[in-house]
Amino acid sequence: MGKFAKILRNYGMYIGFGIIILFFSLSSEYFLDVYNLMNILVQSSLIAIIAVGQTFVILTGGIDLSVGSVVALSSVGTGLMLVAGVPIWLSIILGVLIGMGAGLVNGATVAFGKVPAFIVTLGMMSIARGAALALNNGKPVSGLPLEFERIASEEFFGIPIFAIYMIAIYLVGFFILYKTRLGRHTFAIGGNREATKLSGINVPKNEMMTYMISGILAGLGGVLLTARLNYATPISGNSYELDTIAAVVIGGTSLAGGEGGLIGTLIGALLLGTLRNGLTLLNVVSYYQQIIIGSVIVLAVFYDRLKAKNK
Amino acid sequence: MGGELVLEMKNISKQFPGVLALDGVNLQLRAGEVHTLLGENGAGKSTLIKILSGAHKKDSGEILIDGELVEINGPKHSMKLGISVIYQEFNLNPYFSIAENIFLGKEFVNKFGIINWKDTHAQARKIIDRVGLKRSTSTKIKDLSVGEKQLLEIAKALSLDSRIIIFDEPTATLSAKDVETLFDLIEKLKKENKSIIYISHRMEEIKRIGDKCTVLRDGKYIDTVDAKTTDREQLIRLIAGRKIDESVKKTPSNPGNVVLEVESLKAEEKVEDASFFVREGEILGFSGLVGSGRTEAMKAIVGCMKKIDGEVKLNGKKVSYKSPCNAMKDGIVYLSEDRKKEGLVLCMNVKQNISLTNLKEIISKMAFSTKKEVKLAKKYVGDLKIKCSSENVQVKNLSGGNQQKVIIAKALFSKAKVLIFDEPTRGIDVGAKDEIYDLLVALANEGYAIIMISSDLPEVLKISNRVVVMREGKVSAVLENENLKQEEVLHYAMGV
Repeated sequence: MGKFAKILRNYGMYIGFGIIILFFSLSSEYFLDVYNLMNILVQSSLIAIIAVGQTFVILTGGIDLSVGSVVALSSVGTGLMLVAGVPIWLSIILGVLIGMGAGLVNGATVAFGKVPAFIVTLGMMSIARGAALALNNGKPVSGLPLEFERIASEEFFGIPIFAIYMIAIYLVGFFILYKTRLGRHTFAIGGNREATKLSGINVPKNEMMTYMISGILAGLGGVLLTARLNYATPISGNSYELDTIAAVVIGGTSLAGGEGGLIGTLIGALLLGTLRNGLTLLNVVSYYQQIIIGSVIVLAVFYDRLKAKNK
Repeated sequence: MGGELVLEMKNISKQFPGVLALDGVNLQLRAGEVHTLLGENGAGKSTLIKILSGAHKKDSGEILIDGELVEINGPKHSMKLGISVIYQEFNLNPYFSIAENIFLGKEFVNKFGIINWKDTHAQARKIIDRVGLKRSTSTKIKDLSVGEKQLLEIAKALSLDSRIIIFDEPTATLSAKDVETLFDLIEKLKKENKSIIYISHRMEEIKRIGDKCTVLRDGKYIDTVDAKTTDREQLIRLIAGRKIDESVKKTPSNPGNVVLEVESLKAEEKVEDASFFVREGEILGFSGLVGSGRTEAMKAIVGCMKKIDGEVKLNGKKVSYKSPCNAMKDGIVYLSEDRKKEGLVLCMNVKQNISLTNLKEIISKMAFSTKKEVKLAKKYVGDLKIKCSSENVQVKNLSGGNQQKVIIAKALFSKAKVLIFDEPTRGIDVGAKDEIYDLLVALANEGYAIIMISSDLPEVLKISNRVVVMREGKVSAVLENENLKQEEVLHYAMGV
């Protein structure tokens, strides 16, 4: 294989990302503006954060379709608690716990009940959405304390706090995935479930944990989204499951599990955010944006297949 | 038998990574002949069949059909040449009817592409009548017995006008009555001048239906003899080959106390009644035919399969495991015969595979210590002489022998004291096999209790202190390995 082909194979995703950035910076004078770049970070951060949990789940060979609905449930739950006068810190914790609870149910049903992840989380997608709607009769929750909004609007040295949350979550994610047993088990389960079982590892327990991580981050996503909008709506988080899955697979993680990682997911989420932002700057109508983004997802995975075949 | 030569295979060789699976094998098949193929597991029978069926390509040698040189370049081509293989695992769609299965891919359609069910069923009827399958053609496959499925497979082969029909251990899963039906059918096929290659381990069958018998051993062609006139002892000698020389025996030197004791074990699948024990510092060989329940017995002990009845005692204490992770905590580890499917995480590297069984050990404070992991991997790579350019190489790039060593390293790192190896040298070349033997004996001498399931009799006799023989789910003999002959073990394994 030629040198060029080798580079293309190993760094294709980065090269693709680079081309997209180059294209937008040439075609729009606003694109490289610092303000716009920060905007991309903020816009991508929520998906990027939830995609960390999705990565864990997909690495075991599973999938979590419920994250979008869990975001809405946690959002409405948090909103209602805040309006009811529950202290902010407690509302945040409980909002995250709502997500963890959904993840626990998902994980336990998949890992111990042996029901396919697709079905379980599809069910939870509907259950959590329904619960979010039922909590406040389908109405949004507004009138949240101004103090609460500050957790989303602060800046540090010009860096929006959402970007900082994202970086922090990724650091923790890296630590768990690459430095702890849970992370290693996650890779091992997806790589070869039987061999992992015979290596004396409690497969169901670890599998369940990955769904809990996904739930926790979806719950956190709901809290953050509520703070950013300063109100909670049961229709929020729509199609987040697809965006997070897209970020994970664009990032090179195999849907079969076992191979991939978090750096790819981060790049994938940023790539999606950049694409949306750039296309909007170029005044591309949102219908066409969807077509373009869909094509990019399929292309990315197609490229991954080629890579695997050439190995 | 004096039929004309239908198939001739000359000097066929096939190399797999790390193993020479076939080494200059010859086979001559005549019309109207049942040609049995004999050999231990791993002798090369399956590879030879797969070359005929187009699943594998030969590296060298010639195949002649009706005296004409052919290059079989795929399953379709093989079928076109008139070759059909009846595998143990049937290629039938369980939710389709008999007729749908027979005509899958070659449906009767009219010019609009619509299936003509009337013709389909009428044709299917004719085809299954030839083999005496008395079922409606709209019966779903899942409602057929194993024997009936086999008849259907044969019917499918006949419908393709196959002249060469290959049976791969057809009676392994059949009831006695189905076996009779099958043999009658084979007699009938012979009369129709079809040629049959028949693989089986059962001596009585070979004598009964076989005309010629070709023996393979370690991928090499040994001999072709007349199946009717050659006596059983001679066949077994041909299969087993080299007489075990007492001087090459290297069994562990001093077995100690009993560690693991199993009594009247009955498991979910295949295991009817198994009792045995293993001592520390001992290698206990587990012999028997494939499917005799050896693997299942071990899996039931470590909790991979459901134990129905019986008792397992570890150091005199009754134990029962729900999953391998509990068994491993107590120091019992099972190492699967299927390295790739159940042994290793192929996309992980050497060090990650080794550390997987005991990740606690490489954690310092809260996080993994890469330093510790590398040190540990280096130690095992050195101790076990694992050949790899570094401990960061993915295990899928290692040879079979080295993969096996990685699995052994995993087991040792788990701190287990009872190691259960299932076919530890399968698919490994001869040189590497010797290294594995030395390793197992060394481990036993260090005090490990080792159970080794193996279908390779010479290796069982070479390093085991005692040999357990299983047949049809039961322990048929427990033999001290002193002056023990392969023939004796084979007698217990085959029940002759």
